[in-house]
Amino acid sequence: MRKALEDIKIADFTWYVAGPFCTRYLADYGAQIIKVESSKVLDGVRPYPPYKDDIPGVNRGGYFHNYNSNKLGVTLNLRHPKGLEIARKIIMWSDVVAESFSPGIMNSLGLGYDDIKQMKPEIIMISLSSKGQTGPQARLPAVGLHLAALSGFINLTGWPERDPSLLYGAYTDSIAGRYGVAAVMVALAQRQRTGKGQYIDLSQSEAGLQFLIPPLLDYAANGRVLNRDGNRHPAAAPHGAYRCQGEDCWCAIAVFTEEEWMALRRVMGHPSWAGYPRFATLAGRKRNEDELNRLVEQWTANHTAEEVMRLLQEAGVSAGVLEKAEDLHRDPQLAARHHFWTVKHEEIGDSTYDGMGSILSQTPAELNKAAPVLGQDNLQVYTQILGLSEAEFIDLIQQGVFE
Amino acid sequence: MSDCLLAPFRVLDLTDEKGFLCGRVLGDFGADVIKIEPPGGDPGRAVGPFYHDMSHPEKSLYWIAYNCNKRGITLDIRVAEGKDIFKKLVKSADFVIESFKPGQMAKLGLVYENLRQINPGIIMTSITSFGQAGPWKDYKGSDIALWALSSYMYVTGDEDRPPVCPSFPQAFLHAGLEAASASLVALHHRLLTGEGQWVDVSAQDALAIVNLQNQQYWNLARFNPKRAGSSQMLSGVRWSRQKRLWRCRDGFVIFIISSGHMGAPGNKALTEWMAGEGLAPEFMQKINWETFDPQGQELTDEQYRGMMVAISGFFERHTKAELYAGAVQKRIVLYPCNTTEDLMHDAQLQARNFWTDMLHTQLGGTLTYPRPCVAFSEAPCDIRRRAPLIGEHNEEVYVGELGLSKEDLGRLREKRAI
Repeated sequence: MRKALEDIKIADFTWYVAGPFCTRYLADYGAQIIKVESSKVLDGVRPYPPYKDDIPGVNRGGYFHNYNSNKLGVTLNLRHPKGLEIARKIIMWSDVVAESFSPGIMNSLGLGYDDIKQMKPEIIMISLSSKGQTGPQARLPAVGLHLAALSGFINLTGWPERDPSLLYGAYTDSIAGRYGVAAVMVALAQRQRTGKGQYIDLSQSEAGLQFLIPPLLDYAANGRVLNRDGNRHPAAAPHGAYRCQGEDCWCAIAVFTEEEWMALRRVMGHPSWAGYPRFATLAGRKRNEDELNRLVEQWTANHTAEEVMRLLQEAGVSAGVLEKAEDLHRDPQLAARHHFWTVKHEEIGDSTYDGMGSILSQTPAELNKAAPVLGQDNLQVYTQILGLSEAEFIDLIQQGVFE
Repeated sequence: MSDCLLAPFRVLDLTDEKGFLCGRVLGDFGADVIKIEPPGGDPGRAVGPFYHDMSHPEKSLYWIAYNCNKRGITLDIRVAEGKDIFKKLVKSADFVIESFKPGQMAKLGLVYENLRQINPGIIMTSITSFGQAGPWKDYKGSDIALWALSSYMYVTGDEDRPPVCPSFPQAFLHAGLEAASASLVALHHRLLTGEGQWVDVSAQDALAIVNLQNQQYWNLARFNPKRAGSSQMLSGVRWSRQKRLWRCRDGFVIFIISSGHMGAPGNKALTEWMAGEGLAPEFMQKINWETFDPQGQELTDEQYRGMMVAISGFFERHTKAELYAGAVQKRIVLYPCNTTEDLMHDAQLQARNFWTDMLHTQLGGTLTYPRPCVAFSEAPCDIRRRAPLIGEHNEEVYVGELGLSKEDLGRLREKRAI
C-alpha cells in the first residue's frame, strides 16, 4: 500500500517539541526524515525525564522518543565548515527544510531561506519559532510552558481565588506542530501546481492564540477579561470532576440540558435532594453549584469512576474517568483506534509511543521505527543516502564533522 | 483570491461547533469553504460569548471566531431535495467535513462510499468525540470529559482540590486542527493518485497526545504524574517538585530554573539583577552558572530553598511587564502569565501586526481579530471575509454557481430544503 507522503523528504533541523512534533506527524504518513542533531549541543528534550527505569541518559528519555520516532537520526557539527557542506547536501536531498532555532541562527550558519533557495529554488522551508521571526521579543528563547503562559492559557487554568495551575508539559507545542503540518502540506500542494517553493514563518505563541479567539473577541467587543473558574461552565451544572471510590480517583460529569439532568437524577436513584426546587432549573443549579457539587459527590463517592462513567454514558450524560498515565494504556477506545504503537528502541528495548489522532482509510499512519539514539543512522545517511565513500566518511569522523 | 494557496479547492463544511476550526484553517489557507447550515442556522450560533452580551444567532462570538473565511448557505440534507443539491455540490468539491454522531451520515445515505461514487477524489473528514468505531463511539464527549479521558486533567490543578481543565473549551479545537492537518495529508495523496479517502478524527485520540509525555511516565518508569498546582512533578530527579509559576506584584510569571544554553545566561543575569537590588544571597552570587545543574549537588537543600525564597521576594517587588521587559533585555527566559487584556497590548504581537479590524455592518461596528499564525512568503494567509450571516450566500451559490433559477430557490424554500 502506498504511503501518503512517501515521496516527501525532509531535512529536519528542529529540536525541543513543536518542530519535532510536526516532522514526526509527517513521518507517520511516510515522509522520509533526516533529523540533524549535535552531540555538543543536545536537543533540549533529550536529557529530559521520564527515563527508562528512572535512569537518566540522553538516549533514555521518553519525551524525546515520543516526537522523534520514524526518523533517521544523524549527528553533525554545524560549526565545522565541512559540517555545513554536509548540511547543504542534506538540504539538496530534501523537499522541505524544517527548523525551530531562535530566529537568526539558520541565517548566521548560511542556511537561511535566502541561502538555500539559491541552491534549490523549489525548496520549502518552515521555521517554527516561539514568537515568530520578527518583532522585538522574537529572540528570547522559550519552551512550551512559557508560551502557554504568554498566550493566556495558564491564567485560564485553576481556581479563581487562587494562583493559576500549570498546564502540564508544553501546551502550545502540539498546536503549533499541527499548524506546521497543515502549512507544509499546503505549500507542497502549491509547489505541485506551480513548481515554486516558499518560506513559512510559524509563531508558536500565535498558534496558541488561535485556540482562544472567542475570549479575545469577547475582550475586544465587550471589554470582558475571561478568568479561570475552576471546572465551572456557564451553560452547565453539574459540571466538574467528582471524587469516586479508590485513591485519588475522579470522574468528570457535564450536564447541559434538562434531559441530561433528568437522566442524572434517574441514574443516582432519585435522591430526595435532587427534587429540591432550587435545583429544578439550570439557573437554580448554577446559583447553588457548591451545594449541588457536594451532593452529587455523595453519590459518586460510592462508585468507581469507571462505573460512574458507564452508568451516565449509557443514560446519555457526558462523563469521563480522569485517566492516569497508567489508564491510557488500558483505555479500550484508544486501543480500538490503535492509538499506541510499541517498537524496539536501540538502547531501551520495546517502548510505547503515541499516535497522532486520525485514521486515514486509504493511507493509514504507521509507526515502525523507534526514536534514534544519538547518531544512530550516521553510516546509512552519510554513505547510502548522501553517497560518501567509506574513506570519506571515516576521514570526516576523524575531523570531528559528525560530532 | 486566486493567489491564495488553496484557492483551487472547495470545502463543504457540515460541522457544528465540534468541527468549526477545521474549515476555518482550510479557509485561512485560501480554500473556498462553504459552510452548510441547517435552515434557521447552525446550532453553534447559540454558543457564547455574544457581541454586547446579546444572545442572538448573528452575535455569537464563538461562531464569528471560527467561521470567518467561509461562505454560508442553508440546506437541509435530511430532505430529498436538499440531499440532491448536496450531491450536486459534492461533484465540484474536494473536501466534505462533518461532525455528526457516528452513523448519522449513514442514515442519510451520505457515507464516504456514497460520496466517492459521486466524486472519486473526494476527501471526507469526520470529526467526533471518540471516532467512528470502538466501544465508546456512541458516548457523549463534552470538553471536560475529553480532558479527563486524555489523562491531561488528572495532572492539572491543586493537590487539595479536584483536578481542573482550562476555563475555555479546547478539546474540539485540537480535533478540528488535527482534522485540517490530516485532510491536507490526504490531499497530497490525492494530487498524486487521484484517490480520495475517509479521514476519521477522534477528539479523545487527538487530545491524548497534547500533554506530550504523560503516557511515557507509565511506559518507562511505571509512574503516574500527579497535579501539583504551580509546580511540576518529575520523577528520577533530585528535586521532583519543581516550582514554575511565581507571583509578582500584579499577577504571575513563569520561570524555570534550568541549566545549559537555555538556563545559564539567564540565571546569571537574574542573579545580577537581584544583586543590584540587594536581593541575591551570597551563595547565589558565587554559583558558577555555566556548569550549574539544578539537579546536581552544587547546592544544599537549605540553599536550594533559600534561592527559591530570594527569587520569590524579587519577583514580588516587580510587575509582570517590568519583569518581561527586563527578561527580554537581559535574556532571562521568563514570561508573563497574560490575560486576554494583556495580549491586546503585547509589543511583539503589535510589531507583527497580529491584530486586524474587520467591519461587521450588521453589528454596527468593527471587531478586532487575531490573524492566522502562519505567514507564507508567496501567498497571503489572512482573514479575508467575516463569518457568514444565515443563508448569506444562498443566491450566490445556488443561482450563480449551481445554475438554479430564482423560482427553483423559492420552491426549495417552501419545501424548507434551504
